[in-house]
Amino acid sequence: MVTRRELLLGTAGGWLLQRVRAGEAALSDAADTLTALAGKKPLIRRAFRPPNFETPLADLAAPFTRNDAFFVRYHLAVIPRVDPGTWRLQIAGASAQHPLTLSLRELRSGFEQVSVAAVNQCAGNRRGLFTPRVPGVQWGSGAMGNALWRGVRLRDVLHRAGVAPDALEVVFDGADSPILPATPDFLKSLPVERALDENTLIAFEMNGQPLPHWNGAPARLVVPGWVGTYWVKHLTAIRIEPKAFDGFWMKAAYRVPTGAFPGSRFTTQENAETTPVTELMVNSLITSHVSGARLRRGERAELAGQAWDGGAGIEGVEVSADRGQSWRDAALQRDLGRFAWRGFRFALDTSRAGPLEMAVRARSRGGAKQPDTLTPNPSGYHDNIVQSVSLEVG
Amino acid sequence: MKAARRRAPLLLLSLAPAGACGLLWAAAGEEAVRLKDAPGRDLTTGRCILCHSLEYIPSNAPAMNRAAWQKSIQKMKERFGAPITDEEAKQILDYLDGSYSGKS
Repeated sequence: MVTRRELLLGTAGGWLLQRVRAGEAALSDAADTLTALAGKKPLIRRAFRPPNFETPLADLAAPFTRNDAFFVRYHLAVIPRVDPGTWRLQIAGASAQHPLTLSLRELRSGFEQVSVAAVNQCAGNRRGLFTPRVPGVQWGSGAMGNALWRGVRLRDVLHRAGVAPDALEVVFDGADSPILPATPDFLKSLPVERALDENTLIAFEMNGQPLPHWNGAPARLVVPGWVGTYWVKHLTAIRIEPKAFDGFWMKAAYRVPTGAFPGSRFTTQENAETTPVTELMVNSLITSHVSGARLRRGERAELAGQAWDGGAGIEGVEVSADRGQSWRDAALQRDLGRFAWRGFRFALDTSRAGPLEMAVRARSRGGAKQPDTLTPNPSGYHDNIVQSVSLEVG
Repeated sequence: MKAARRRAPLLLLSLAPAGACGLLWAAAGEEAVRLKDAPGRDLTTGRCILCHSLEYIPSNAPAMNRAAWQKSIQKMKERFGAPITDEEAKQILDYLDGSYSGKS
């Protein structure tokens, strides 16, 4: 493993690299790995190109994650800045009865506008915490965020294009593309039922502002309850199809062992060995403290964080101070909707000096609870095991 | 999205060493990332930076061994169309395994 210090030593030797766009990104303080993309605050840099940037823990404490702190995740490195004035969305495909093309103005004015608060979480969030380690972007806990998404229902747009009775999947393409023509373009599909779900949106606003470039401007898919890979950014084309889409990003990527996880199935893409990763698992994140934090004896302190699932909603969050022997309910914060995360708070007992190990476990209204052990899978998805922090009172 | 719609600027690698490729997209700042100095570094750098910045390599080291790197290189060649010859793939594998295999 190379240390960051080694990585930063000197500039590139032997070859010439020029900056594509000065100021697009700049290395911040060499002591950390925070880097600011244009329009973003400094985020944890997992990779420059394709850009993969993670939200720092402190920015996940608020009910809604700020747009300039929201994580950035791309598979392909050619990411054009889309002009909203000339942008067009094409809706076609073999099962589209009346193919159409919409401008942003037509999209905004031609359909009912709706909002949904929803967690957008990368399927590989926490992959870097997997044991044993698995290859891929080594995310910590910040490849996620909660936002209020505003747009139009995908369903309404699909109905305008006419969904033929034989429609099986809806395929989505965005403006981003690969550097090499041979690299598979990033296209994703949804089962037609999920595409027609009233909560699935084509969103053009995030937390009351136009979508940031790095989060999919001018319009992106929002699939509440499902992992981020389906939330295609910079949408350009939608195809309604009578057969299962066979692109690389469906057939070979973002898959888990069949039957390994609960949640919605994507049957048209399933085979005996693997199936697409779909719904978010019930999960929680402590945002108030990290292991090693010191508390003053007798001082009032609260453990706080967020809990979420794939759309059943959070029923409760329990906290244990005795390694899971006993659990007590944390206070839940305002309910922002079943696809959003739910804040929790729990008063810490700081009356005695010494170590304090706090574990947190969320349960959904669907009856699911966070597990104690990881379900192994080759791509490192669905890490929702009970999290604990080791604090010190003294 | 089709290649014809690409709009971000392309860069020409005018002073590429032997083995490095001609065209490159780069993000500002990524030039600070360097791979460990060992035989095969320039070839590995030249091939990998065609499509991605280099920190993917050290950051994945803890998850990698020789077999995993072989699989990764194969994926880049066969799935993503990376222009790597079989002989180059062998040199890149030796380099990555020697410098970035951290899996215990």
